[in-house]
Amino acid sequence: MNIKIIKDKCSGCGLCVKVCPYNAIEIVDKLPVIKDNCIYCGECLRACKFGAMVLKKTEEREKDITSYKGVWIFCEQRNGQIQSVSYELLEKGRELAYKLNTELCGVLLGNNLKKDTINDIIWRGADKVYLACSEELADYRNEPYTKVLTDLIEEYKPAIFLAGATSIGRSLIPRVAVKVQAGLTADCTGLEIDNEKKILLQTRPAFGGNIMATIISPDHRPQMATVRHKVMPEAKVDKGRTGKVVEVNPKKDLLGSRTKLLKKISEIEKTVNLVEADIIVSGGRGLGEAKNFALLEKLALATGGALGASRAAVDSDWIPYSHQVGQTGKTVCPKIYIACGISGAIQHLIGMQSSKIIVAINKDPHAPIFKVATYGIVGDLFEVVPLLIKRFKQIRS
Amino acid sequence: MNIIVCIKQVPETTEVRIDPQTNTLIREGIASIINPFDMYAIEEAIRLKEQQGGQVTAITMGPPQAESALRQAVALGVDRAVLLSDQAFAGGDTWATSYTLATAIKRLGDFDLIICGKQASDGDTAQVGPGISVHLNIPQITYVKKIEEINKDYIRAERMIEDGFEIISSPLPCLLSVVKEINEPRLPSLKGMIKSKKIEIISWSNNDLNLDSDKIGLDGSLTQVIKIFTPPPRRGGQIFEGEIHQSVNKLVDLLKKDII
Repeated sequence: MNIKIIKDKCSGCGLCVKVCPYNAIEIVDKLPVIKDNCIYCGECLRACKFGAMVLKKTEEREKDITSYKGVWIFCEQRNGQIQSVSYELLEKGRELAYKLNTELCGVLLGNNLKKDTINDIIWRGADKVYLACSEELADYRNEPYTKVLTDLIEEYKPAIFLAGATSIGRSLIPRVAVKVQAGLTADCTGLEIDNEKKILLQTRPAFGGNIMATIISPDHRPQMATVRHKVMPEAKVDKGRTGKVVEVNPKKDLLGSRTKLLKKISEIEKTVNLVEADIIVSGGRGLGEAKNFALLEKLALATGGALGASRAAVDSDWIPYSHQVGQTGKTVCPKIYIACGISGAIQHLIGMQSSKIIVAINKDPHAPIFKVATYGIVGDLFEVVPLLIKRFKQIRS
Repeated sequence: MNIIVCIKQVPETTEVRIDPQTNTLIREGIASIINPFDMYAIEEAIRLKEQQGGQVTAITMGPPQAESALRQAVALGVDRAVLLSDQAFAGGDTWATSYTLATAIKRLGDFDLIICGKQASDGDTAQVGPGISVHLNIPQITYVKKIEEINKDYIRAERMIEDGFEIISSPLPCLLSVVKEINEPRLPSLKGMIKSKKIEIISWSNNDLNLDSDKIGLDGSLTQVIKIFTPPPRRGGQIFEGEIHQSVNKLVDLLKKDII
């Protein structure tokens, strides 16, 4: 959508500036200029006594969607490292681009990035990388990132735009989607092309995974989605692949940010990041007390996994909230989820039921966790876990 | 300090039915609660009011019965409650919903802070909060686990990310989305419960907001749900009972190839 000023009719009276609820109009050289934060509410049109403002409606834009081409992947970097979810999206993006007979592009924002980091995106399938480097883009911040992506989308018009459903993706992409007036689907686990209509079918869980919904955005472009980590395989590196790097140089004064990042604190010590982990060892009420988490930590180390917990364990202050899996904690999707002394309340299952293999260890043979477990051992975790630690140590050494 | 809390009424159970005609969820006839994450948003707003003075307004968009969620919020200590309810708002996606909420917040007048829960337990999108902040052109801090410092013009907060947290500052007004770690919600007080029965809920339809029908509800949505289905239930697999050593050996054999 767009607000057009008919110069011949405009008297420069400034009434539109006064009525605008968003302070999105200013008068420059006796003519109104619509600023970026306009949301097309139409107040100015209604107020204008001269009929000098026209709202170009959505329908006009709908006709225009054929000019949107290409599949774009937001390649998320932290501390200069591209996150593995972006590699998963490159693999999926390659498939989508092939079906649409179009190009696959990576978008990378950062500062002082290594050449191989940029090439990696091409080696893993991209035909082109849009690269924006600037001090202001070194770490993720809402406003400059939103600005750069919005401008890129408006200039180059991709048909599909995908990003990881990470803390960055889920903070950033909703902002961009509102700005470019595109439909957005959160936390997808399936993406396909409708061969007939050539549109993106986006499938995602809702109600904690009890319902799946397939969502489309037929009349708006780009079709935007954030995608759950660990659901799709990663694209492999082929150093023989070549592609183009398009450097964009955003103007510094456009990269301002009202929020400031004062400090980053890493809490990853002995074990790895939960959502990145291939194996998660998780403990619940059955552990009995805080110090028994040390046992699970040993199992996590022996399997090379991360440490998770049920809400019961977190609420008892046995382990910090950042470890909580479930409805009010994190949603995880590892290859193996080992639930120790967790009964399996629905709120917990919501956070882990899409794991590929679920292992349950519980004294109670009727615990609901066994209903979703791929494998289970009925027994005392204090007997079972030490044996598991011993066996896994043997295997891995 | 003038604080707005955006809340959503969600079904208490995750077993929900679907309207095959419109492909939207049937919310009628199901017991409802305030979205779990919004309880932390309400609590944080009330705590800030207790420290700083001011008032807390809870706002929700939903069917007429969403009023009960607002009354619950009042029982907890919210001062003012606004219900946006109109057939024209129904079926909105996150674009249309954040636009409707943002317009209503604007209409309420000056505010210092908007607090939302991280996401709703039904849609799980986490998109409405950031959407509101863009529509209102105010800064946002998502996944807040602690407010370190706040005054009339400034906030410094801890924001939870995958591998730790960030300390972020922002001028006010600003929008926060909060996670569970931020606080422990209180129970309603007797005084609050009495107030919640008496309070007059501010109820706005589209006659009050006067939004174009193509920007709200189902018509204003840029996404369409074309299919809703129940995923195949996860079946229980092999459960080992009996002698522990044998069970462990069997399990380890099965997991071996995935663990190395």
